[in-house]
Amino acid sequence: MSSLAFVTRRLLGAIPTLVIIVTLSFLLTRLAPGGPFDEEQALPPEIRANLEAAYGLDQPMAVQFGRYVMGLLRGDFGPSFKFRDFTVSELIASGLPVSLTIGIAALLLAIALGVPAGVWAALARGRWPDRLLMSFAVAGISVPVFVVAPFLALAFGIWLRWLPVAGWAPGRSSDLVLPVVTLALPVIAYLARLTRGSLLEVLRAPWVRAARARGLPGRTVLLRHALPAALLPVVSYLGPATAAVLAGSLVVETIFGLPGMGRHLVQGALNRDYTLVMGMVIVYAALMIVLNLLADLVYAWLDPRIRRGGRS
Amino acid sequence: MSSGLWNDAFRQLRGDRAAMTGLVVLSWLVIAAAAGPLLVDYREDQIDWANMAVPPFTAEGHWLGTDRLGRDLLVRTLHGLRVSLVIALAATLVSLVIGVAWGAIAGYLRGRADALMMRFVDVLYALPQVFFVIILTVVFGRGPLTLLIAIGAFGWLTMARIVRGQALALREREFVEAAVVGGAGTLRIVLRHIVPNLLGPVIVYATLTVPQVILVESFLSFLGIGIQEPLASLGNLIADGAAEMETAPWMLAVPAGCLVLLVFCFNFLGDGLRDALDPRDRR
Repeated sequence: MSSLAFVTRRLLGAIPTLVIIVTLSFLLTRLAPGGPFDEEQALPPEIRANLEAAYGLDQPMAVQFGRYVMGLLRGDFGPSFKFRDFTVSELIASGLPVSLTIGIAALLLAIALGVPAGVWAALARGRWPDRLLMSFAVAGISVPVFVVAPFLALAFGIWLRWLPVAGWAPGRSSDLVLPVVTLALPVIAYLARLTRGSLLEVLRAPWVRAARARGLPGRTVLLRHALPAALLPVVSYLGPATAAVLAGSLVVETIFGLPGMGRHLVQGALNRDYTLVMGMVIVYAALMIVLNLLADLVYAWLDPRIRRGGRS
Repeated sequence: MSSGLWNDAFRQLRGDRAAMTGLVVLSWLVIAAAAGPLLVDYREDQIDWANMAVPPFTAEGHWLGTDRLGRDLLVRTLHGLRVSLVIALAATLVSLVIGVAWGAIAGYLRGRADALMMRFVDVLYALPQVFFVIILTVVFGRGPLTLLIAIGAFGWLTMARIVRGQALALREREFVEAAVVGGAGTLRIVLRHIVPNLLGPVIVYATLTVPQVILVESFLSFLGIGIQEPLASLGNLIADGAAEMETAPWMLAVPAGCLVLLVFCFNFLGDGLRDALDPRDRR
């Protein structure tokens, strides 16, 4: 099977998931007891009826759903119920670049540091670099982002004054250092542990021993034979890692005051702004699906067994 | 047959330093959360006008200091610990019951019923869980009960998968065959013969689920969409602390330290139990 067919099949496979996500989030928000206009002070019934008509909430559920889906296909996520001056699409368009920048930077940083750390730990198994790195890894996995973020801001922003505590100016990259590092830390820790375990397993495999027996230098055995195989579980972790980074970005954007999607989502949830929350969740879900797809493609590229046949 | 397994497991666990430390510290934390607030002279929402935002060990009676409103931080942290623990245990119990029932039935029935049931699990698995929990809190309002339901709604998926895999293997064993020959019904076989033999992996995974739930709950409470003031949870205490960290860093350090300790203990204990109860998985 050609790789083009593989890519097409995977892309088509993502569509039902997206449909379910859109349907479920629509149904959930419409099931809600009370509407978006339930303020502390009850609105007069005429105003309420006008508002509901303006947002199309007086239509039957099926019509509302049809309109919403048609809008989505045009890239229109509807109006925000609380930010009266912005549509949800505008909020997404303003937040997405920020969130993507820190998310992708964090993932790249995590791969660049986590994988070598894991390889080093595996090669130094049982000695001090291994013990040290693995203690860091356990800490990195157990300490949540919302604890790490304020402590980093306190240490580097307030006490040492090396970096801005919070804020965002376009083009000022020092604003991004703390958010990206915070997001990357748990992924670095997990990748290091995963790489170490997987490489140790591969190094015991018969084909690696065979390569050594043929007298190949240790570096060639490691880089050409062991590492590509050892990286497979690492690649399949990239999907969950993406999910972790996206969830973490809610915290990081809130703490460091970045105007990304995560902060809009949290604001939307606090205001019970249904359309905003739905729109953000759909975009986040789509992002996750795309990045999972990318991870699958890299996996297939590394492991020809999958490319050639059968399901994953 | 099973008493040997449990004895071995117990011996192995007692030799595991990290797991035993986790267990001991965890017991202290649980006792402190349950009984601690009774031993301190202040209630969790009581305002001490004379001692506002005092650092630890400086004011009489406030061991760990007070927050900006003069509320005792030790009592608030113990209350937060209590709320976080209760929600975590309850949500774990919910996901345990649903997951074990779902997985055991699917694995025992096999065939089309199994395929259908596990397909449903796959679909829920593909959803971005944290975001759907957020939607649920938006829809049903914020509060402990919503959190419990929302977290429980997704927590059972992995448990169902693990249990199903085990059940598929168990149903081929002789004692199940014997029960079938003996005329036992499906429900009886699942409850009396399959489920008891699943206990090992179920205990291990449940222990590892608790810290996950604690983290999700504190994450949402931190963002302001979980447990609400004046009720304290470790998450909203950390959020309060982060807001005041410049002037009162202890407000951040105390609940954060408590949360990290709690998660560490559960993870160490869970890893130890896995080594003890599931020898195949030992690395």
